[in-house]
Amino acid sequence: MFRFLLKRLALTLPTFLALMLVTFLMIRLVPGDPIEVRRGERGITPERLEQLRHEMGLDQPVLKQFLDYVWGILNGDFGVSIVSRTPILDEFIKLFPATLELTICAMTFAIALGIPAGVYAATRRGGVADQTLMGLALTGYSMPIFWWGLLLILVMSNTLGLTPVSGRIDLIKYYFQPVTGFMLIDSVLSGQKGAFLDAVRHLILPMIVLGTVPLAVIARMTRSSMLEILGEDYVRTARAKGLSAARVVGVHALRNALIPVVTVIGLQTGTLLAGAVLTETIFSWPGVGKWLIESIGRRDYPALQGGIMLISTMVILVNLAVDLLYGLINPRICHGG
Amino acid sequence: MKKTMFAAALLAATALSGAASAKSLAYCSEGSPENFSPSMNTTGTSLDAARPVYNKLVQFEPGSTTPKPALAESFTISEDGLTITFKLRAGVKFHSGVNGFTPSRDLTADDVIWSFERQWKADHPYAKVSGGAYDYFNDMGMPDSLDSITKTDDLTVVMKLKAPNAPIIANLAMDFATIHSAEYAKFLMDKGTPEQFDQMPVGTGSFQFVDYQKDAVIRYKAFEGWAGKPKVDDLIYAITPDPTARYAKLKANECQVMIAPNPADLEAMGKDPDVNLMSQAGLNIGYLSMNAQKPPFDKPEVRQAIAMAIDRDAILKEVYQGAGQKAKNPIPPTMWSYDEATVDYEYNPEKAKEILKAAGVAEGLATDIWWMPVQRPYNPNAKRIAEMMQSDLAKVGLTATLVSFEWGEYRKRLQAGEHQLGLLGWTGDNGDPDNFFFLAGCDKDGKPAGQNISKWCDPKFNELMLKARSSTDMAERTKIYQEMQKLHHDGVAWLNIAHSTVFEPTRKSVSGYKISPFGAHEFQNVDVAE
Amino acid sequence: MAVESVAAPPPSELLAFWRAFRENRGAVIGLSIVVFIALVAIFADFIAPHDPIEQFRDFTKRPPAWTEKGDWQFLLGTDALGRDMLSRLIHGARVSLFIGLMVMLVSIVVGVALGLSAAWFGGLYDVAVLRVMDLIMSIPSLVLAILIMAILSPSLTNTIIAVTVVYLPRYVRLVRASALAELSKDYVTAAKVAGVGPFRLMMRTVLPNCMAPLIVQAALGVSDAILEAAGLGFLGLGAQPPTPEWGSMLADSRDLIVSHPHVMAFPGLAILITVVAINLMGDGLRDALDPKLKRS
Repeated sequence: MFRFLLKRLALTLPTFLALMLVTFLMIRLVPGDPIEVRRGERGITPERLEQLRHEMGLDQPVLKQFLDYVWGILNGDFGVSIVSRTPILDEFIKLFPATLELTICAMTFAIALGIPAGVYAATRRGGVADQTLMGLALTGYSMPIFWWGLLLILVMSNTLGLTPVSGRIDLIKYYFQPVTGFMLIDSVLSGQKGAFLDAVRHLILPMIVLGTVPLAVIARMTRSSMLEILGEDYVRTARAKGLSAARVVGVHALRNALIPVVTVIGLQTGTLLAGAVLTETIFSWPGVGKWLIESIGRRDYPALQGGIMLISTMVILVNLAVDLLYGLINPRICHGG
Repeated sequence: MKKTMFAAALLAATALSGAASAKSLAYCSEGSPENFSPSMNTTGTSLDAARPVYNKLVQFEPGSTTPKPALAESFTISEDGLTITFKLRAGVKFHSGVNGFTPSRDLTADDVIWSFERQWKADHPYAKVSGGAYDYFNDMGMPDSLDSITKTDDLTVVMKLKAPNAPIIANLAMDFATIHSAEYAKFLMDKGTPEQFDQMPVGTGSFQFVDYQKDAVIRYKAFEGWAGKPKVDDLIYAITPDPTARYAKLKANECQVMIAPNPADLEAMGKDPDVNLMSQAGLNIGYLSMNAQKPPFDKPEVRQAIAMAIDRDAILKEVYQGAGQKAKNPIPPTMWSYDEATVDYEYNPEKAKEILKAAGVAEGLATDIWWMPVQRPYNPNAKRIAEMMQSDLAKVGLTATLVSFEWGEYRKRLQAGEHQLGLLGWTGDNGDPDNFFFLAGCDKDGKPAGQNISKWCDPKFNELMLKARSSTDMAERTKIYQEMQKLHHDGVAWLNIAHSTVFEPTRKSVSGYKISPFGAHEFQNVDVAE
Repeated sequence: MAVESVAAPPPSELLAFWRAFRENRGAVIGLSIVVFIALVAIFADFIAPHDPIEQFRDFTKRPPAWTEKGDWQFLLGTDALGRDMLSRLIHGARVSLFIGLMVMLVSIVVGVALGLSAAWFGGLYDVAVLRVMDLIMSIPSLVLAILIMAILSPSLTNTIIAVTVVYLPRYVRLVRASALAELSKDYVTAAKVAGVGPFRLMMRTVLPNCMAPLIVQAALGVSDAILEAAGLGFLGLGAQPPTPEWGSMLADSRDLIVSHPHVMAFPGLAILITVVAINLMGDGLRDALDPKLKRS
C-alpha cells in the first residue's frame, strides 16, 4: 500500500511541475503585456508602469521569473490580484468552501439517487422501469446544465416561489461570521433559528443542477456494473443456494459492483469542481468558479493564474485520493499497478 | 491582520445578536465594490458601497441636486471667488471599533486637509496606497484649480483657488471629496497595513462598516453621529448581479430596495401588490462614442452619417421599452441651459450611405462596436443596443464586430481609446451642466481628458467650457452652454441615444426612500415597517 | 492477408454491424434525429423561413404562433430584437454541428497522430506526450476551455480550438493504448520482420484495429463538444453576435426568462434534443461495434 502511495505521488509530481510551467507561460501568452494594457489608465505614468513591472518581477530574466514563481508557490505565495490587491491564496481560501460545499452536496445528491436508481434498473432489466430510468439518465447526461438551471429557476422560484434564486442564505434574517466557510455547518454553529433550513433552501437548486450530470453517469455506471456482476458465477451460485434476491443484490453483488462506480465518482468530483463555473454563474453562488470567470473579464491575470493553479491542484488531489481509496477497496490494483 | 479582523467581526457579531429585534433594511445591489475609498473609484457600485460610511463638507439633499452644508456647518465664498472658508461642525464623531480602531478625537480641519491632499500631493504618505489613482479629483480639474488648503484653527478650513470656479461647491458635494479620518490612517500606517484603509472604512456617516464578503454581502450598522440616528439598525447590501434574481429576492422580501430592474419585468412589477415601483426622469445620457482619433471616424461627416444610419427610435422602443426619451443634446432636458433648438439627426440610411461613399468609406469596411457588460441606468442592455446598431450599420455597408470586457476593464480600455465605436453613458453627479460637458473636454494642450472617450477635441468648445466655469452669471453661462451644445451636435462629439427614466422598485413596507437624480442610493432617512 | 481483409471489410461485416445496430431501437431513433438535424443544418438556407439575423423590429418578442398573441409568420415566435426564432434555431443547428464535427475531425487527426507516434517511438517522447495529456486532464475542462478562449479571444474558430484541446487527451490515450496492444501482437511482429515500413504498418494494420473504440469515442465526442461549445457561448465566450449560436441565444434571453420564457425555452430544447440523439446513436454504435463493451 505504501509503495503504491509513493508511486502515485511520484506520478503526480511531474504533472504538478508542468502545471506550474503552463500557468506561468499563460500570463506571457496573453495578447498584450499585462502591464502594457494599463498604459493610458489614469495616473499611470511611464515610471508607474516600470514600478508595476518591477513589482510583478517582469523585468527579470524569464528563467529567474519562473524559479521565483515556483519558489513562491512552494511557499504558499500565489501572487496578488491586480484588481483587489489582496493575495490570491486569501481570496481562494475565502471562496473555495462555497464551491466545495456545493460540490460535496451535489455529489451526495447524485450518489444517493444514482446508485439506488442504477441497482433498481439492473434488477428490472429491460422492463418499463429500467427503460424509463435509463431514458431519464440519458437525458440528464445530455443536459445543458445552464439551461436546466434557468428552467428550474423559472419553475421553482419564479412561478412557484418555492426556492430562492441566488446566494447562500437570507442575509437579512441571518448573520454570523464564517467559521468553517461551509454555510450548512456555520448556520448550525450560529445557533440562529431557521438558519440551517434557510441555507438548505438556498442550496437545493444549485445542488440539483450541478448534480444532474453525475447522477446520470452514476446511475448508468451502477446499472451496467451491477448487470455484469449479476451475470457472474458466484452470484448465480448464491441465488441457486436459495439466498433471497434482496440479499444477493444487496450484499454480494452491490459491494463488487460499486468498485468501478467509485472511480466514476472520483472522476466526476474533479469534473464537478470545475462544472461549478456554470452553476455558480447562474445562481450567483460566491465560489471560485464565478471568481475565475470574473477574473477573465477583468483581465486579472495573476488571479487567473493562481486560481487555475489552485483549482487544478485540488482536482489532482481529489483524483489522488480516489486512486488511494480505490486501492483500498480493491487490493488487486496494488499488485497489478 | 487576520486576528484583528476576526476580533472586530466577533465584536460586531455579538453586538448584533444582542439586539434581537433590530430593524434591518436590505438593498439588492448589482456588484462588489472595488474598495471603500470613494476618491479612488468612479463606478456607482463602489461609490454606493462607501456612501453610508462617509460624509462630505457639503452634501446633496437626498433626492435633490442642491448642495447643503454637512460636515461644514457653513461656508463663505470671498468676493473675488478665490477663497472659500469652511466652518466645520463641532463634536463630529468617527466610528469606533472598526478594525480595532478607537478614535481619540472628533473631526478636525486636519482630517479635511488629509483627505484632499491624499489625492493631490504625490508626497502624501497615502498617495500611492492601493494603486493611488484618483480619477475623479483629476477629471474635475482639481489639481489645476486648487491653490492651497490650509487651516486657521481646528474647525476652520480655507480653500484657495487659482481662478474662480462656479461649480466648485457642487463639485465638493461629490463623492471624491469624502472626508476620511487622518487618525485612522496613521493608526494603520503604524500597524504597517495602510491598504486596509481602503478595505475597512472608518467615517462619520450614519452607518458604520461591519463586514464585507466579496460577491455576497456588505453589512453596516446604525451609527448615532452628528446627523442623528438612522431609522434602521442594520443596513445590508445583498450583492446580486442578475436583475431577475434581484426581483425574485424583492418578491421574497429578502431585500426591500433594488437597483436597476429588468425593463422586461417592469410591467409585472407595476402590477405586483407588494412592490412600489418608483420612477424619475434620469439625470443621464446614454451615448455611442465614435473615436475621433481613428479613421474613418476622424471625419465629422462620417460621424454624422453614422448618426443618420442608426435607428434610435427603434432602440428606444425595444431596449428602453419606452422608459426614456430620445436624446438630441448631451445634457438632459431637465437641466438648465438645455437647448430646445437643436435639430436632431434624422434616421436616413440612404443619405448616410451617400455621405459615407462621398467620404471614401469603402463598402464592407470592418469596424467594432463595444458594449458594456453591465446594466446601467442610462443603458439597460448594451449588448442588445449593439446588436441593433450592428444590423443598422450593415445596411449602410459597415461590418461591425461586437466587443466587450468586464466593466472596470471596459472603462479603462475605452478611456485608452482602443475602440472605434463604443457604448457608454453618464449619470450626472452634481447637477451642474459642466458636469456633463467636461466629458467631451480636452486639456490646454488639446489632449483629451480621461473621461473623453471619443477623443474629440474642439478648441472652441474647450475655450467656452473654461469660460463658463469661471463665470457665476447664470444667464451668461446658459448662453455659453447652448453654444457648446451646438458645437457638440455639429461635430458629433458622440451620438446621443437616450435620457432614460430611472426605475427603482421598493417593497411597500419601505418609506422615506428617494430616487437620487445622481443615481446614488442613500438610506439614512429610510424606514421599514415590520 | 489479414491486412487486406481489415482495410476493406467484406459487405457481410458492414451488414452484421447494421443488423446489430438496428436491433437497438433507441439507437435508430437517435440516428434518425441526427440525420434530420444534419439535413436541416445543410439545407438551412432553403428551409429557414427568414434570414436568421434579420431584425423585424415591429414584431419583437412574439410568442409562438399557436398562442394567443402569436403570428403564423413566426412559427416559434421572435426574440428580443425581432429575429425569427425558428430560423435562428435552424441556422444554429449548422453552427453547433459544425463545431461538433470540426472538433471531432481535428481531434481524430491530431489524436491518432500523437497516439500512434507515442506508441511507436515510446521512450522519452511517449512520456512527454502522456504527461502533457495528463496535464490537460488535470485542469478542469471548462476552466481550460475558458482560459484558452481568454488567451485567443472569442470566436467560432477559437471555440473549436479550445474544445479540441480539452478533449484531445481522450483520443490520444485511446489510440495509444489500442496501438500498444496491437503492436505486441504476433502479426505485427511478423509484418515488421517482413520489412513493412513503420508508417504503412501503423496506417494499414494497427490503426484499423483500434477503429471501433475510436468511432464510439468520436460519436460521443461530438455531443460533448456541442455541450461544451454551448457552455462557452452561454458565458459569452463562444461565437459572436449576430451568429445564431444556441448557447449565446440562451444567454441573451436571460432577462426575458420571466416575461417571455419561450425565447429561453427553445434554444435549450434544441441543444438537449441534439445531444440526446447523438448520445443514443453513440450508445448504439458502441454496442454494435464492440461487443466487449456491450453494457446491456
